[in-house]
Amino acid sequence: MERRTSRRDFLKTAGGIAAGLGLGAVITVEPARATPAEMAEAIRKVVGSARVTPGKVTLDLPPLIENGNAVPLTVTVESPMTEAQHVRAVHVFTEKNPQPNVVSFHLGPRAGRARVATRIRLADSQNVVAICELSDGSLWSDTAGIVVTLAACLEDGI
Amino acid sequence: MASALINVPARAKRGEVIEIKTLISHTMETGFRRTQLGAVIPRDIIRRFVCTYNGTEVFRADLHPAISANPFIVFSTVAIESGTLVFSWTGDNGFSATESAKISVE
Repeated sequence: MERRTSRRDFLKTAGGIAAGLGLGAVITVEPARATPAEMAEAIRKVVGSARVTPGKVTLDLPPLIENGNAVPLTVTVESPMTEAQHVRAVHVFTEKNPQPNVVSFHLGPRAGRARVATRIRLADSQNVVAICELSDGSLWSDTAGIVVTLAACLEDGI
Repeated sequence: MASALINVPARAKRGEVIEIKTLISHTMETGFRRTQLGAVIPRDIIRRFVCTYNGTEVFRADLHPAISANPFIVFSTVAIESGTLVFSWTGDNGFSATESAKISVE
């Protein structure tokens, strides 16, 4: 029996090989990414095993940002900021950056107001989590989703 | 020496909450980027920022590579007494910078 490769078969095979190679290249080029599981682990490492409850914290992020290299971030916590009742620390984590930790702010009653702001880098559209540690040891969190058009960390270096 | 910009009100009422803005020039190289030849560019970031008010620490931040280049940090403190606020940044490769600002409280 004559075996001839039809044009369709040839294209299918060629396409498959190309896709395979392309995928391989992507996997080798892509930098290591943290995953939500790694973020959860990083959170445990920083705040311990206590329960984290959503609430009290407000994480302000723009819903969509063009440049992931400088994303304005503001964290506000409802707290009277007195000696007896104040915010001890605010931690920020991301799901898909190469490393889940972003920043840890350490405040105290001398802060007067529990509000901190900075600019962060985001490697992808993802969820960002802010966790605050109160003086009574309780932990509160807020999560914000953000769409990033141009990711940080991926551009070529010098 | 890195240049830093500090925004602290020159005078404040006793007990008033003042907002402080700080910006320092630094590349904050993440350590995840590569050159066109594929070599990893080593990490070079500021690890820690501390603010002291007349010698007492009022604010501290631990920074990671996910902080943008030229770290900009906004926080607040209560104006308790006239004196000096000292801001210091320390990081990789022995990076260290210190700035101070005077405040008069009435």
